[in-house]
Amino acid sequence: MYKKKYFFFFLLIFINFIYINNSFAIDPYSFVQETADRASEALNKRQSKEEKMEILKTIAKETVDIRGIGFYSLGKHRKNMSDQKKEEYLEIFNKYFLKTFSSRLAEYTDPRIRVDSQKKLSDKYTMVSSTLLATDDKPEIKIDWRVVTKDPDNPLIIDVIIEGVSLAKVQKEEFNSIIQSNDGDINALLKNLKIFVEKK
Amino acid sequence: MSRIFKVLILSLFMTTSSIAGSDGENELSKNTNGQVKDCFEGINRAIFSFNKGLDNLLIEPIAKGYRQLPSPVRSGASNVLDNLSSLITIPNNVLQGQIQTAGINTGRFIINTTVGIFGIFDVAEKMGFPEYEKEDYGQTLGVWGVGPGCYWVLPVLGPSTIRDTAGSFINVMGGDPYYNISAHGNNEYLDKSDYMLTKTLTGIDFRAKNIETFENLEKNSMDFYAAVKSLYLQDRKRKIANTKPSATIEILYEGDADWEEIETQ
Repeated sequence: MYKKKYFFFFLLIFINFIYINNSFAIDPYSFVQETADRASEALNKRQSKEEKMEILKTIAKETVDIRGIGFYSLGKHRKNMSDQKKEEYLEIFNKYFLKTFSSRLAEYTDPRIRVDSQKKLSDKYTMVSSTLLATDDKPEIKIDWRVVTKDPDNPLIIDVIIEGVSLAKVQKEEFNSIIQSNDGDINALLKNLKIFVEKK
Repeated sequence: MSRIFKVLILSLFMTTSSIAGSDGENELSKNTNGQVKDCFEGINRAIFSFNKGLDNLLIEPIAKGYRQLPSPVRSGASNVLDNLSSLITIPNNVLQGQIQTAGINTGRFIINTTVGIFGIFDVAEKMGFPEYEKEDYGQTLGVWGVGPGCYWVLPVLGPSTIRDTAGSFINVMGGDPYYNISAHGNNEYLDKSDYMLTKTLTGIDFRAKNIETFENLEKNSMDFYAAVKSLYLQDRKRKIANTKPSATIEILYEGDADWEEIETQ
């Protein structure tokens, strides 16, 4: 009798544990819609471009896997770097990313994004499909978001694909081109990143 | 006879160019998953700079002027150009085995040319026809398994590959009915200059639709040449895979193991 009682007690605890664990997992679909709405709200506010850029930077810090994009952008060159060099690179890449991200988005006014569907690619990644709705001047644009879900409680965007073109891949090929044209010297990329970040 | 000669020259040109940067491996013989080689990078960068100068001086100001036209005029012109492009899309649908799509696009062309007054109005879209996707001979060659060959930049025309340039040549070697009618049709309504005008307008229409996108890309690029090359090659890869942008997006990452190796989060 006692055995049965204990069994149900532990079963209840186990079920509760699973429930609590899952209840905090954030659905990538809702995560992207919420992030897009936050960015849209920031862009709609009546404030200067610089102020908008600051809000967008905050959103990016919370929702984008900047470290992951940084490593991906290095491609094969990542393997030849010391840990110290990697840290140096990540520090400057972080600034570079936030500057280009906010500068690219700040050009838009009143973007309306509708999230359409999601597709799980692996345990690590989910692809969320959305549409940037058409305006009088511009046609609608398909935007896909590669979301890294290794930590389900904290999904992060790791790539944005606009009409089938991956922005992370464009960046990776740009970085590779700079390194290659300097005989594989990673310092050339770091120098270019620093110049870009300091440029007004 | 002259057409056979052109085909021979083109074949020779494609073969020699593909071998030029292939490290002994013929890039035209297969679809490559990896990088497309930039065999003539130095020359390409010089032509790219020339094209950029030409764009700043001439094309962008014209595109900006074009943007000042009333919206119905621009959308009408864009519709006419899209409608004319179906004349290339339809045979390519057939060559790629998309018989049903060829039928739909033929129906669209007939409706828009007649009811839509030479394509000014996209009546077919209002009737519920599916979204129109352009096809060309470069894409068909890609679907048939021909690899891209070297990447190169053409003066004025911009980024291309050996395969895509060969595809464009097919247009003027009998593959584009509009070219055939205007250049060799022997009629009083159209001549070669009309064809050239249409192609120029297509370029201006494209440029006008992408003014901000190009500005933004240039401003936020450390190597604008590499960024444009990546954009072009990714776009072509998707089109050749005949995928919708959001359908099977994995094609983008084909042969790219970096995502699995990086230390994320």
